Order: sequence, then structure tokens, then C-alpha cells
Amino acid sequence: MKIIVCVKHVPDTAATIKIAGDSGYEDSDIKFVANPYDEHGIEEAVSIVEKQGGEVVILTVGKAEAVSTIRSALAMGAHRAILVKTETQFLDSSLTAKALKSAIEQDGLPDIIFTGKGSVDTESFQTQYRLARSFDIPIVNEVSTLNIEGDKAVAQRETGGGEKQVIELSLPCVIGATKGLNEPRYPKFPDIMKAKKKEIKEIELSALDIDSSSEKVSLVKLEIISERSGAKILEGSVDDQVNELINILKEKEKVI
Amino acid sequence: MAKTGVLIETENGQVKETSLGTMAAAVGHEIYALVNLGDSQGDIKEKLTEYGADKIVNFSVAPLSSPDFIAEILVAAVKKFGFDNLIGTASAAGKDIFARIAAIIDEPLISDCIEVDIAQKILKKSHFSGKTMATLKVKGNVFLCTIRPNSIEPVTKSGAGEILDFSTDVSDPELMKIVEVKKVSEGKLDLTEAPIIVTGGRAIKAAENYSMLEACAEKLGAAVGASRAAVDAGYAPHSMQVGQTGKTVSPKLYIACGVSGAVQHFAGMKTSKVIVAINEDKDAPIFSKCDYGIVGDIFDVVPVLTEKL
Repeated sequence: MKIIVCVKHVPDTAATIKIAGDSGYEDSDIKFVANPYDEHGIEEAVSIVEKQGGEVVILTVGKAEAVSTIRSALAMGAHRAILVKTETQFLDSSLTAKALKSAIEQDGLPDIIFTGKGSVDTESFQTQYRLARSFDIPIVNEVSTLNIEGDKAVAQRETGGGEKQVIELSLPCVIGATKGLNEPRYPKFPDIMKAKKKEIKEIELSALDIDSSSEKVSLVKLEIISERSGAKILEGSVDDQVNELINILKEKEKVI
Repeated sequence: MAKTGVLIETENGQVKETSLGTMAAAVGHEIYALVNLGDSQGDIKEKLTEYGADKIVNFSVAPLSSPDFIAEILVAAVKKFGFDNLIGTASAAGKDIFARIAAIIDEPLISDCIEVDIAQKILKKSHFSGKTMATLKVKGNVFLCTIRPNSIEPVTKSGAGEILDFSTDVSDPELMKIVEVKKVSEGKLDLTEAPIIVTGGRAIKAAENYSMLEACAEKLGAAVGASRAAVDAGYAPHSMQVGQTGKTVSPKLYIACGVSGAVQHFAGMKTSKVIVAINEDKDAPIFSKCDYGIVGDIFDVVPVLTEKL
């Protein structure tokens, strides 16, 4: 079983984003990590291979700095990695998918490709679909339970309204992982040391015949969403507080 | 006039309120409401007409049809009617189908927008998990976007409401098969689309205490959510979690009961219209970021609220 896990190098969700210029942000002094949903993909891939044998390959499209994220993925038990080096992180998911596809073609199509259900930076929720389409293989996203049986996968996906779909698909396939699929492991010190010796193959984007000038999405502006301030704290007895709240919600805000 | 297709979602034979909000983004266009009418035509047709549909395109598919098949049908509709734009709601199903459509026709897609100017192809959406708002501009032949539920108010504006039966010869690519739909929680409203949400945090203390919030939610027509702290403590399933690693919601009213108000929680609900916090800790961070606050024990306040509603 060969599994490729696509991992994005993103700002830590706890990091404070500082805007630079109209549409950029300061990326030099914030911590970057593996996209949290991708970590569920890494964990699933490593545990499948631990049971069934095989190889887990980490694939990242990103800047040279993404090596730190790749090392942490290798410390979780992946065997080797590929970094497609770009000058900037693409905004257009279509380009990212094309870069992933070329790198996968060079390395050989695996049995399963894992991604996260989306990335926490640009929140586009589509790269994995474009990748699956480019290989004409099935994709199920937001998978919270997965069973691999021979050349078949059974995935469960939450569809809202308290429902889950049980979906059968054949391998090779793309699985978009989400929380609930597993608990990503914390690498132990020896795993971190071992990861330093694992192979990371670097490919320049220019070697992949992708026209990165064809981005169809551009970022015009990036602004901090300001927090609310000056909350009205309701006073008096519980009865008074609740009466006032209901009155405000009905008469002033008109939301109930 | 621009031709805009709007994917309409239905539930129990009714148009979802969130789909009517999505349709409002296309006011001023020739609106084609794309809907799987099934057996129940009457009310859906009237509702869509009342909210501006000029054409109602009925594409009938069997229940449990694969999302690939539905995406192929919608792509065929884009071609047949020559849509300039195709928009939908950023629900679980909407996001999934639009990503498939974008992949098939290789056009840009902006998912989960909060504001959209279709004519200028300019959209606003969250980047960095609710910390920043990005303004994006797209180029392409067909403009595709999904809109966050409840972020646009429905607008009544009578359309022509002409029904078109639409059939195509596309077939299911048969890459997957939905074998079963499991009900994981009974009769609960979908969190991401609910107009009102009542959330319980760590202070709920036990799973069975959610029944207190459910009683309140029932009076309000609300869905019940949970904070990460409550999910991690085992009081609620992950499917109920609101926040960074849970659901992103944008209801018109969000009532946080015993939620401390971590940054990660706000990431998932800060675009709510009105935020009310009930918490016994007067120094809880949530009180500095909400609209209305009640300092008090949720077990004292919530039952009174439920009774008076």
C-alpha cells in the first residue's frame, strides 16, 4: 500500500495575524505548522501502513520554509517527502492541484491520497477535488470514519442535520480528513531524531511545466475582523435580566 | 441581463430559508432556480417565485444519487442555459457539489463567501479561521461561489416563476456509491444553517445537562452547539462543536451558555449577527466580545429564559 498525504504549511491557528500592506501579512515572526486537518490524514495513513505494510509519502507545495512542517509530518511516522518549492503560496487552488498532480505523476500514483478537508489559512475547500478530478478518481471529503478493505474504501461523511453518509469507493481515491477520524499522535523524541534523516526530495516549481502566471484569483485586500466591544451587561434579578434580554431580542434586534 | 443559476436546497418538501438568502445575491439578474422538485411541486414553486426566480429548472434525481452525478447535471445546465454565474449555499452538500463542478469545468470557485458582488466578481470571505476578512477578485468564464448560510437576508421580489423540466443525457460516472444515510443525532437542526444557535460550554458539566439547552432551543427554533472544551470533556459529540476545529456558523442570534470565549471558539461564530453570553464568571473573555451579557449561573438563567420565551 502506497499512500501520499498532501500537507500544507500554514500559520498556527493560535498565531496573531498582522497585516502588511493592503493584502499581505507578516509571516516572519509567526509559527507555521502542518494544517491541522492534514494531520488527521497523516495519522490515518501511518496507522493504515502500520497494519497493512507499505509506504507513506508526504507531499507539500510551498515555500522552502515548509521543510519544518514536513519534518514534523515525518516524525509522525511518514517515510519520505516531496516538496514542490514555490516563491509564494498560491491563492488559486487550481494551480496547487496541478503542482500536486505533476509531483504525484513523477512519483507514481498511490493507492490513497489523503488531504485535510480544507486549509485553515485560505479556507478554499477545493484543492482535493481538483486533484481527484485530474486523475479521474473518486473523492470523499470531510471523512470522519474510514475502513480500507482490499481495493475498496468505506468512508463516512457528515452531511449536516445530524446525518452521516456511508460511501463506498474503490482505490485509488482521495480522502479529505477531518477531526473525528483519529487522534493525531505526538511524536516522541526518537521519532523526531529519526525524521531528520528521512529523505525530502525538493522539486522546483519551474521544473513542472505549470504556468503560475495564470492565477485566476487575486487577493485585493486583507483586513483584521475587529472584535465586538462595549457589550451591554444586563443587571438586576434573573427575572429582570431575562425580561430585558427577551425585550431587546424582540424589539430592538428583531432576531426572535 | 446576466443569467444566474442558483442551486436550491430543500428539506421536507420546503425550500430551505438559507437558499432564499443565497438567491438574494442574484437580485437584478435573470434568476434560474435549480431544484430537485421530486414529488412536491406546489409550495416550492410559489416560494421560489416570490423570492425572485424567473425560471425554475427541475432536475429530478433519485435519492442517494452521487454528488458526482449531481455535479455533472449542473454542469450540463450551465452549458444548456448559458449561465454567466452559478451560486449556491455553503452547506455541507453545497460546498461538496460546487467543488466538484469547479473541478469539472476548471473555473475558479470561492467557497463560503460572506459578501458577493457578482457583477464585479468581487467577494469577501474569511481567511485564517475567522481572524481576517479577505477581499478576492476572480477571473473566469463562469463565476462560481457558495455563500455562507444566513449571511444574506432573503428579499421578496416576484419573478416569472416559469417551470422548465430539464433532462440531460449525462450519466453517473459511478466513482462512488452512497450505501446508507445514518441518523447520528435525532431531529436536530443543522448547526451551520440554523438561524439561531444555543451553545453549551464547559460549565454545562455533564452530557445530560444539554437537555436544558435543547428545551430552550426548541422554543427558539434553534440548533444546539457545543464548545471545544465541552466536546473534549466528553459532554457532546464533535458534530456539535462550533469553532476553529468544528463548525463555522453565522446565525442571526448566538446564545453562548457557560462558554469562556476562547479565540478558537470565536473563529467559528464571530460573524453571527447578535451574540449573547451567559456565564457566571464576570471576567470570562466572552463578555468583552459579545453584544449582550448576563452574569449568572446557566442553571439559574437558562430555565427562566426558556419559560419566558
